[in-house]
Amino acid sequence: MTQLTQSTQSSAHTAIEQEALRSKRRAMARKIIFGTLRYLLILLVVVIFMFPVVWMALAAFQRQIDIISPGWGFEPTLRNFENVFGEYNFLRFMWNSFVVATFSTLLSLLLGLPGAYAIARFHYDWLGMVLLAARIVPGITFLVPWYILFSRIGLNGTYEALILSHMLVSMPFIVWVMVPFFEGLPVEIEESARIDGATMLGTFVRIALPLAVPAIVTATIMSFIFSWNNFMFSLVLSGDDTRTLPVAIFNFMTYASIDWGGLMAAAVLITLPVLIITIFMQRYIVSGLTAGAVKG
Amino acid sequence: MTTLTATRTRFRLDHRFRRRFYRLSFILPAVIFVVVMMAFPVVYNGWLSFHEWTGSARRDPVYVGTENYTELVTESDRFFPAVQRTFLFTAVAVSLELVFGIGIALLLRDAFPGHNIIKTMILLPMVATPVAISMAWLLMLEPTIGVFNKILRDIGLTPQPFLGSQDQALWVLMAVDIWQWTPMMAMITLAGLLSLPDEPYEAALVDGATAVRSFIHITLPLLVPTLLTAVLLRSIEALKTFDIIYTMTRGGPGFSTETLNTLAYVRAFEYFRLGQASALLVVFFVIVLGVSVIFVQMRRAVSVRQAQ
Repeated sequence: MTQLTQSTQSSAHTAIEQEALRSKRRAMARKIIFGTLRYLLILLVVVIFMFPVVWMALAAFQRQIDIISPGWGFEPTLRNFENVFGEYNFLRFMWNSFVVATFSTLLSLLLGLPGAYAIARFHYDWLGMVLLAARIVPGITFLVPWYILFSRIGLNGTYEALILSHMLVSMPFIVWVMVPFFEGLPVEIEESARIDGATMLGTFVRIALPLAVPAIVTATIMSFIFSWNNFMFSLVLSGDDTRTLPVAIFNFMTYASIDWGGLMAAAVLITLPVLIITIFMQRYIVSGLTAGAVKG
Repeated sequence: MTTLTATRTRFRLDHRFRRRFYRLSFILPAVIFVVVMMAFPVVYNGWLSFHEWTGSARRDPVYVGTENYTELVTESDRFFPAVQRTFLFTAVAVSLELVFGIGIALLLRDAFPGHNIIKTMILLPMVATPVAISMAWLLMLEPTIGVFNKILRDIGLTPQPFLGSQDQALWVLMAVDIWQWTPMMAMITLAGLLSLPDEPYEAALVDGATAVRSFIHITLPLLVPTLLTAVLLRSIEALKTFDIIYTMTRGGPGFSTETLNTLAYVRAFEYFRLGQASALLVVFFVIVLGVSVIFVQMRRAVSVRQAQ
């Protein structure tokens, strides 16, 4: 009798255990299936987003015959890069792009950082609104008056014209990134520095700026990239001596027969600096691109 | 005694004035830049929209009243189609970017080995130079030598004209824009997802809600403000899309990919009809501003409702 109860009890016990084990296994199986599916989808996403860039890089190492031929194979060559530097004088355009991006970024920081600090600390909200408007007004609206103004004062085709125009994109962006950051810094540190006799400028330079370094890095990288990539302003305002890379590549394409290998080599060269910056500064770029959208 | 108070008051006034001036000096350079480079052009653009001018130094602009505007409205063959295309382009591109962006953000939410490398790879389309990207797509889309038609031929399908066709070109450009900007939507959504509180999910788990239900009823509503801002930022940019359109099709074939931005560019810098271009730009600006205001109002309404 007692034996019987014991055995029923134990069999019921094992049944429950087995059921638990089975549902655990099912959960495991589901987890594995969903996990695999997730990785497959991630792989698909990466392939889609990388493919054009990879294809561009591959074509840069191909001869025109291989690009045109219906087959898939090719013999790698460096000829396209030699042509781009030798025949098409790309170093010159790279230098132009570099000069314009560097100066427009530095000047934008010089104007934008104190401006953003003043907006955050002294509540010049109207200036913030005006700078925000720069992000809304289509850039081409500025381009017609600039073109006329710059022609009148002989600035068309100069570095100055390009730098000033690129600053219109980067300075508002810098303010956009910096204002929330300065607002988030504790006022107390700055106040105690003021009590200790520091000037307003001293407080800004010695206390606020060092604390804001991460945001400044973001703002600097992004405005450099914006300028490096800018096409429309440079298309109108650059001259033969100041032509930047995007415009040079565009002109390169409009020749009668397209040298695809050379074109792709040029495209690789213009993308490379941005790619390198992205690899090492990914965190800062993400925070720059998502600035203002999350908890804004 | 009185002189002392007077000096003190004067000192205080002086001090206050100096303080104000000091503060103003922080933003003065930025303000001068804004006035010269932004305010002046906008005002000048408005003024020029009532004039006829080719940009010649010898002939001054001629006042023509509202003629440039009436010309836009009566000219139905290029202006209205461009307006329509601008909106279609923006609506299709931004909504698909939003859907794909949310999907990708959900895929990447839980950290996994190598997720940083993956994120860097996905960032590439939007940081790469648009002109370079356009060139790569032009090569891939080339009807005879492009990789897409190569693949189509290899698997026995009909090759497509892509950018050579008036019916396909605009959609192909949308696809390129989606490729370029979905990552931004994904990054913003991901940042939004990671900043969500845990409590609602724990409660949902206790209630036995499925993953899909908790996404629709908890995640999505909490994300709405972030998503609206992302859509606002993207829509403003999409309305103004220039680089990929101008470099890949120049508004063609025919005028089948001409948007307000490329039309204004052509008017101003290829035809040198500066007055007409300015009128177009005023209209363009009003449209972009209108769309922005609508989104800002929507976002405000949502945050007010959520606060209640």
